[in-house]
Amino acid sequence: MDALAPTTGALAADSLAGAALAPTTSVLFADALAPTTSVLALLVAQNVAFYVIAAIMLFAGFRVVTSPNVVHAALYLIAVLAGVAALFLLLGAEFVGITQVLIYIGAVIVLFLFGIMLTRSPMGADTEVDHPRRLPATLAAALVGAVTIYSVLDYFGDEQFPKETRTTTNEVADSIFSDYIIAFEAVSVLLLAALIGAIVVARRD
Amino acid sequence: MYVSQFAVLAAVLFAMGVYGILVRRNGILVLMSVELILNSVNINLVAFGALRDSIAGEVFALFVITVAAAEVGVGLAIVLLIYRNRRSVDLSEMDLMKG
Repeated sequence: MDALAPTTGALAADSLAGAALAPTTSVLFADALAPTTSVLALLVAQNVAFYVIAAIMLFAGFRVVTSPNVVHAALYLIAVLAGVAALFLLLGAEFVGITQVLIYIGAVIVLFLFGIMLTRSPMGADTEVDHPRRLPATLAAALVGAVTIYSVLDYFGDEQFPKETRTTTNEVADSIFSDYIIAFEAVSVLLLAALIGAIVVARRD
Repeated sequence: MYVSQFAVLAAVLFAMGVYGILVRRNGILVLMSVELILNSVNINLVAFGALRDSIAGEVFALFVITVAAAEVGVGLAIVLLIYRNRRSVDLSEMDLMKG
């Protein structure tokens, strides 16, 4: 195809003028159509991926807040966090996606599992992990969700993402260490404080 | 992809987290629900960053992840301390400051 490119370019004027150059025009049309169909296929693939991920996340999220077994809730939380990481990758935010996997699935979940193991005597389902009165909580959550969903649908409507949303790790690093350096340092100090605080609170005297 | 897809998914996750915080009695499960809420906010931050073609969304999502990790560390330490003192992490028994 590349070897043909100069030829087709030279013949383009003729074929556009309606000259009988059947092979050349078909090559031209193939060239013109190929990007469009691939973009369309990409859009379809993105949407299918989004809805599959969203379905998994909603089911797992529902189980996180309803599962009677604490360990199962933690394992379902992994599915939600992995889904969020996949959505980040879908949006082209590669560094945040990888960080989500490393920090959340790698560290936070392990911390949760340690906490569960240290605070539970019997393994298996606990019957008393929920309040008996679920209706007020359901109402409050439904209200929050309904108001938020209504307002985002009202504001964004059918606004779409730009075609190219990919950002590289390079750009993120540049931004953190120039524009947001003060916030970065503050977060570093916060992490140190949290580390020392957790040790002081949890140690045995 | 539509922006409202991501925003609605994040809103539903947020509502689930609110339900979990209100209805759970185990301290660790409440912390997990807080994680659900923080993650839904992160989806919104990254999505709006992509929409406005701004890197700030991703940077703030990273900060939220960091703060969430710190929060889980301190929160679990507190839960462990409560368990050590009272042999239970049932939040409905924590009524020491109830008037």
